Amino acid sequence: MIASLCLILLCQLAGEVIVRGLGLPVPGPVLGLVFLLLLLLARDRFAALARGPLQQDGVENASRGLLAHLSLMFVPAGVGVVQKLDLVAEHGIAIAVVLATSVVVTLLVTVATFLVVSRLMVRGGNAP
Amino acid sequence: MSGNPFSLWVYLSQSPLLWLTVTLLVYAITDAISLATHRHALANPVFHSMWIIGAFLVLTGTSYTTYFAGAQFVHFLLGPATVALAVPLYENRKAAAAAILPMLAALVVGSVTAIVSVVLLAEAAGLPRAVVLSLAPKSVTAGVAMGISESLHADPSLTAVAVILTGIMGAMIVTPLMSRMGIRDFRARGFAVGIAAHGIGTARAFQVDAVAGVFAGIAMSLNALVTSLLVPLAVTLLVR
Repeated sequence: MIASLCLILLCQLAGEVIVRGLGLPVPGPVLGLVFLLLLLLARDRFAALARGPLQQDGVENASRGLLAHLSLMFVPAGVGVVQKLDLVAEHGIAIAVVLATSVVVTLLVTVATFLVVSRLMVRGGNAP
Repeated sequence: MSGNPFSLWVYLSQSPLLWLTVTLLVYAITDAISLATHRHALANPVFHSMWIIGAFLVLTGTSYTTYFAGAQFVHFLLGPATVALAVPLYENRKAAAAAILPMLAALVVGSVTAIVSVVLLAEAAGLPRAVVLSLAPKSVTAGVAMGISESLHADPSLTAVAVILTGIMGAMIVTPLMSRMGIRDFRARGFAVGIAAHGIGTARAFQVDAVAGVFAGIAMSLNALVTSLLVPLAVTLLVR
């Protein structure tokens, strides 16, 4: 468990170091995600890597544990709304309407693009 | 034995222990209610935890800084949880690789729509320039959005609130909206909510369907990359 968490933190740390060092416009944890994915894929190819947290579902179980409580981790930032009560009183309704409309538009446009392209691919795949 | 319960409160209200406990306790209760209502969209645990804790802080006159000293331990886990998204992605790598083209198309179109729609709507609503800039990165996960907001000289704490509200709205709307539209492809549903509503949408997607959760996680990570590049460009083109 500790070794698995350590591996996750090491991936994040490596991501942060590279992002800061090279001034990349990418968040560190996202690069950490890429590193962990590459490690898992490399383990399947090279048996020598399958040790410590990379065996017996170690890092897999730790990750599932973290992701099971993903919602909780947004609560502290969300409570930050208490610092913005004057802004909420002044523009709250307009902001809520703008955000809600943008979310609905984004959901519909994204889902439509995904479905159209995947149908085009199926049709293209069936063609001789 | 202390005869003054007020001095105990003064001590506890300044300690991280109290605010960490409050955060976990309120979330545990709201999450149990969400489970008891079969994960009903309106019983979103993030939303209810947020206003209950917020009201408690206002009523007790506690500053957000004091609260955050305790809650930061939970907030910190957002980074490791982002790294952990590699695992569902690894486990569903075949499904993900098979859908690479629809994903890339939906990623580009979806992140452009998320940014452009919010900037145009906010300008049409006559919101001040500082607010428009702070809302622009609202569809990416909190840490990333706050970084973008900072680089635009906007207000990162307002951005964080916009991000959370967007996530909650997306998580509440997605299931009824998609079901009403008759969309049964859980890859597409998950991917859309990951683009529009980042981690809160992804958490919701994992509750509804494992495949939807995986695609939401992929969408959220890719969107963090694309939006960091697109927002500065969109702001230069669209904001007066």
